[in-house]
Order: sequence, then structure tokens, then C-alpha cells
Amino acid sequence: MAGPYTLPKLPYAYDALEPSISKEIMELHHSKHHQAYVTNLNKALEASAAAQAEGRLHDSAAQLSAIRFNGGGHINHSLFWENLTPASSPDARPEAAAPQLLAAIGATWGSLEKFQAAFGAALLGIQGSGWGWLVREAATGQLRIVTLADQEAVVVGDTPILGVDMWEHAYYLLYKNDKATYIKNIWQVINWKAGETRFRGPREDAFKVLKTQADI
Amino acid sequence: MPIRMPTTALRTAGQAARGAMGARPASAAGALTFARGKATLPDLSYDYGALEPHISGKIMEIHHKGHHQTYVTNLNNTIESLAEAKEKGDTFKAAAMAPALNFNGGGHVNHSLFWENLAPANKDGGGEPEGNLKKAIERDFGSFDTLKTQINTALAGIQGSGWAWLAKDKTAGTLQVITRANQDPVTGNYAPLMGIDAWEHAYYLQYQNKKAEYFKAIWNVINWKKVAERLEKA
Repeated sequence: MAGPYTLPKLPYAYDALEPSISKEIMELHHSKHHQAYVTNLNKALEASAAAQAEGRLHDSAAQLSAIRFNGGGHINHSLFWENLTPASSPDARPEAAAPQLLAAIGATWGSLEKFQAAFGAALLGIQGSGWGWLVREAATGQLRIVTLADQEAVVVGDTPILGVDMWEHAYYLLYKNDKATYIKNIWQVINWKAGETRFRGPREDAFKVLKTQADI
Repeated sequence: MPIRMPTTALRTAGQAARGAMGARPASAAGALTFARGKATLPDLSYDYGALEPHISGKIMEIHHKGHHQTYVTNLNNTIESLAEAKEKGDTFKAAAMAPALNFNGGGHVNHSLFWENLAPANKDGGGEPEGNLKKAIERDFGSFDTLKTQINTALAGIQGSGWAWLAKDKTAGTLQVITRANQDPVTGNYAPLMGIDAWEHAYYLQYQNKKAEYFKAIWNVINWKKVAERLEKA
């Protein structure tokens, strides 16, 4: 069974984010970890639908945790790859690539540096596996920093702008227990252009990467 | 690394001073020490490389000296902040310490128990449980193999960071497999007997995304003698 969801191709080579993120990390992270979320999401969706079709709601509902976890894993990683870019890319330069987002960050936190400090502290505060996101809050249109445990995803209302994976698999081979340095170095490879596009566009566009063949 | 892991490595200075006066906590969580009122990193009773090839020396070293030490440091900082809050009668500040106390305290307790329930494969590691522990496992799980399968399934099912434990349900008197997220410690009605760390830092340098192989290999270094001891005291 191929399943509806597939692993998206990276818009850059596995070694393109070095030295901030090593080739080995990127390869395992994309071709193994992300692939496993996609595979297990498709399996859980199929099992849930099959049980429901046969009138077994209890068995269908039993898949919800796996759908949420693996679906979240697929969503988070797909968005993450898009909001990274090689440090040499013009998209990695916030002033040029993200004027409106940068202005909104300045209006909210005072400066890019202050935002980065606040975001970094939030990332370091995650107890266990999880993600940090800059989001545009649905109710107010304001920028917010949110952290989410495990593979919980920004799916209810808010628009994800920039995400950073704080699972240990995202940095351990290179940084070991020094996650502060990972956080410091990831700013070199943040794709500000992707952030600007998500910030300015309609919420649905942020999730475009997740469309299946059948949706298009 | 010298063998210097007392059976009860977690005591306060006060409890240590009382010594044989029966201050030793009966539970397995008695395995941690506070020297001069501070939590301290317990020594391992084996070398970092002693669990190879099942757990690499590099993993053990970073896990013990890096990760566990950080939990100890942050636990001490949290306890200090808590004491300051208490002194000032600041209950809001005291309550705000709860997540850090749970996380770092749990991290310290969990790892201390974990190091003790591991042993080199050529010493007390691996093999099968004996005596009362074996009987209890067969009574509650049917067989040792079923227990292992159940723990491996529990480990594989953890969504994120966490631990799987063989624990004693104190009211029922039965053994159970339970999981805990992140560094949540095993408390309340459960007495922890044997823990397996399912955080990625526990295996990633050696096994990467193949965590099932780590979960399979770790049975070679489980110290069943220690687990049996904990059951007697639970």
C-alpha cells in the first residue's frame, strides 16, 4: 500500500546545511525519521478507515493517537524542511528576505535579537521531545512563540511561520548534550523567505506541502 | 571507574548521619544521595565501556557525565529557589518550581535507578530473573519472554521521550509494565523495580533511528539481581 501521504523531497542536498546541521543528521532525519512518520500515518489512517467501514468504532478510535502523532510528525517535518535553507542562500538573510515579518517581530519583541533570545529560551525550556514555533495567532493576528510536546502540531487556527525541531534526533549526532549550540547555529540556516511567505499569505498556503496527489 | 555505589545511594545528610538507625528508605528510590543537602551525581559501579557492545562507552559517558549531571545541577538550583521562596513565604514562586522539580528531580531519580539496574553482561547483566522475582513474573506475565515482549512493545509505543518500567502495584501486589513521559518519576501506588531509558540520548550515537535494536540489546545488561533486591524491599 503506497498510502496517500509521501515523503516530500528536500529543496536542498543533505549536506547543504553544514556546518550548522550535518549531512548525516539530515539524511537520517529525512529518509528515516520523517519516512517512518509518513509510513505509520498511512497505516493508521488505513486501519482507522477500515475499522470504521466495518462498524468497529472502538478499533477505529484506537488509531487516533497514532494518527495524531504520526500526522503531526509528517506535518512538522514537512514545514521544518521548508523553513530551512543553506546559509549561503539569500533566503537566509532576514533583512532582505523577510521585511514584513522582521518589522512585525521588531514591533512585538523590540528587535530580532530579543526575539531570538526569547525563542531560544523557549526551546531550551522544552522538557523532553518537542518543537518550538513562531506562529501568527488566529484570534489576534499577533506573532507568538509556542512550544509543543512530541509531535503535536500547529493545526488549530494559528499559522505556523518558523519551526525548530527539538527532538534529540535533530541535533544529537553533531551537538550531543549541547543543545544550546544547536539553537544558536540553526539561525544560520533559517529560511526567512519561507517565513515571510507564510506570514503574508493565507493560512492554508502554509500547509500546501502536505497536499497529496489526490488533492491536487 | 571504581565500584562505589552503595545500595542506597540517595540519602540526605541527615539520613546518612542516622545511618543504621533505620533511616534508610525502604523503596527502590532510596538509591540516591544528598551530600550536605545537595543532590550529587552517583558513581557508576562499572566503567563507561563495561556495557559494550550493547551500550557504547561514548553513550554511557555523555549520558552519565553530561545528561545526568545536568539534572543534578538543575535539581539543586530548583531546590535552592524553592528554599528561597519558602523563606520569603512566596507561595506563588514556590508553586512555579513544580515543573522543574518534577523534571529534574525525576531525571535524577530515574537515571540513578537505571544505572543500578544495569550491569556488564559478563558480571550480573543479562540472563534471567531468579527466585521470588522469577515467580512473580511468571505469576503476573505468564513467562519471562512475555514480560520482555510487553516491555519492548511499551518502549516502542512511547511517543516522544520517556521511560518504561517494571513496577510493583503496591495495593494489588502485582507486577506491571508502565511507561512515563519525559522524566516523570514512578511514584504513588507504584514502586519502580527496573527502568529502561527510551530518550533518544540513551541510544542515538550507536543505534540512530533503529531503536528496536537498542531495546533488544539492553536485555543483555539488565541486572536482575538488583531488580530482585528492589522487589524484596518494595
